[in-house]
Amino acid sequence: MAKNVLEVRNLKMYYFTSKGVVKAVDNISFDLKKGEVLGLAGESGCGKSSLGFTLLGMPTPPGKIVDGSIKIDGREIVGLPEDVLRKEIRWQKISMIFQGAMNALNPVYTIGFQMTEPLIYHKGMSQEEALDRAQKYLELVGLDPEIVYRYPHELSGGMKQRVVIAMALLMEPSVVIADEPTTALDVIVQAQIINLMKRLKKELNLSMIFITHDLSILAEISDKVAIMYAGKIIEIGDSEKIYYEPAHPYTQKLLAAIPRLHEDVERLEFIPGQPPNLINPPKGCRFHPRCPYAMDVCKEQEPELKEIDKDHYAACWLL
Amino acid sequence: MAEPILKVENLKKYFPLKRGLLASLRGEPQRFVHAVDGVSFEIYKQQVFALVGESGCGKSTTGRLIVKLLEPTDGKIYLEGEDVTEIKTKEELLAYRRRVQMIFQDPFASLNPRFRIFDVLEEPLLIHGIGETRAEREELIYKALEMVKIIPPEDYVSRFPHMLSGGQRQRVAIARALILNPTFIVADEPVSMLDVSIRAEILELMKSLKDKMGVTYLYITHDLSTARYFADWIAVMYLGRIVEMGPAEKVIDNPLHPYTRALLAAVPEPKPERRNVIKELPIKGEVPSAVNIPPGCRFHPRCIYAKKGLCDVEQPKLIEYEHNHFAECHLVGKF
Repeated sequence: MAKNVLEVRNLKMYYFTSKGVVKAVDNISFDLKKGEVLGLAGESGCGKSSLGFTLLGMPTPPGKIVDGSIKIDGREIVGLPEDVLRKEIRWQKISMIFQGAMNALNPVYTIGFQMTEPLIYHKGMSQEEALDRAQKYLELVGLDPEIVYRYPHELSGGMKQRVVIAMALLMEPSVVIADEPTTALDVIVQAQIINLMKRLKKELNLSMIFITHDLSILAEISDKVAIMYAGKIIEIGDSEKIYYEPAHPYTQKLLAAIPRLHEDVERLEFIPGQPPNLINPPKGCRFHPRCPYAMDVCKEQEPELKEIDKDHYAACWLL
Repeated sequence: MAEPILKVENLKKYFPLKRGLLASLRGEPQRFVHAVDGVSFEIYKQQVFALVGESGCGKSTTGRLIVKLLEPTDGKIYLEGEDVTEIKTKEELLAYRRRVQMIFQDPFASLNPRFRIFDVLEEPLLIHGIGETRAEREELIYKALEMVKIIPPEDYVSRFPHMLSGGQRQRVAIARALILNPTFIVADEPVSMLDVSIRAEILELMKSLKDKMGVTYLYITHDLSTARYFADWIAVMYLGRIVEMGPAEKVIDNPLHPYTRALLAAVPEPKPERRNVIKELPIKGEVPSAVNIPPGCRFHPRCIYAKKGLCDVEQPKLIEYEHNHFAECHLVGKF
């Protein structure tokens, strides 16, 4: 059995805004094993990106980690001072592939400069060693190593996204978080990037958290899937379980809303209403105002995640 | 067969590239972006015609040419048999816009943030002089809102766009297009900015309005799955031309053009059992610039089947290979 590279327990990250406290990540626990890809899905505003940034130890201000624990390779990172996080954890232990590669690269520096900077700064490599390593990783993601001398505007969107992926892998981190890595890309380029990530997963035995709102893309790569709603994980389990035997009504509805390419769908389902305000989430189950099966208990008490099948958990009173 | 609602013939739009002073002094030739380069199709009553392609293929430009936000470089546009390619006067344009409306991609940008929902919907009525009194217009506005399921309308008319969710905003945008009772609607990526659950809701709504109001749509999208779901016809565009066109199921289930095949292979599907399989994508390279269109078949540099001496020399014609199913490729059936 592969060991856990990431253990998250009861993690809470709240945004302290002038309008009130937004509970964006509210009591989240999960494990990530070596070589495993966990897909994190949900509608916009469900807290999936907030969770990603929190795992890097850098919740976006005014967000703060309120409670809980994040262990990477057994080391607790919640509560570590910023300089330790920067020197020892971020990029070295856990890294991120950002959304929108167009904006993730600095336009005034060459690719080589941007890639070698952390190596020289963190690892104390010489310029040549660092450049060598950068070129090795560019080759790994299917790019010509000569592009270290190029500027971001000289590259296409797909190439930039590959550079961003190479940068995330450069320090050989234990965990990589990919936040919507293909959203701004065209279908064919998107498929190429997914192929690349599948290959890297196999070749490097990569442990990854893949964040997206698109359940079709998620299915292409995830071993396990967690569905988030209003700051909480409401269902988590092996991909096949989630896609073929979804237990939570929200997961069921989400899956029924996807148009399929090769199947005739008479009517697409949709979920009436909208996700709740996270300053004042509804009492009981947060999904109850939109749930067609809501019962009295759903309005009063919050359901806990419970194991309904081997390694398949859902939080719903119906189960 | 009945007369098409919209007919487009050999439509072209070239955008001139900016030329530096030095270049013009040297007498270098003016260069153009060939955004739309000879597109022809027909759309019949109550049909949804999807224009599918990657960014930069000219699908949105085609939509903008049809609603007359842009003037074509060449070609003809017919609406219900009438040549509307050249609209000269403001009155003619006004009359045209009453029949042809557009739904934009981003409901956060397409509604004026300083307008209340009432004003958003009243504006087209005022411009077109519909409804003599405010009460009459109010009735029309309430009716339009009810049609797009913004219920009850009186709760919403005095709200500003920022007080609505993304899905509600897009429904208001649809109501604004419908309030003039148009014959034809150009919907440019109307659901691509929305969440999955809302996306389904908007597509369902547009579908039901098609039947209720007899609207005909041009649906512009990059997403083949929604095109398959919503559209009757699909036309696949590549670098300004339609490379394949036909009934939706035929194009999806029996693609003739290598580009369509590549696009279809690239569409992600919610089937986790294939997660460790590297997908085969029958295409190479990247989209060339629309300034330097490759000679011959414009897809040949990326085509894995391209034949030297044929595909790189001769421009293929759009040929009907089976009933109603067209493709523009020399090698259909030969690869």
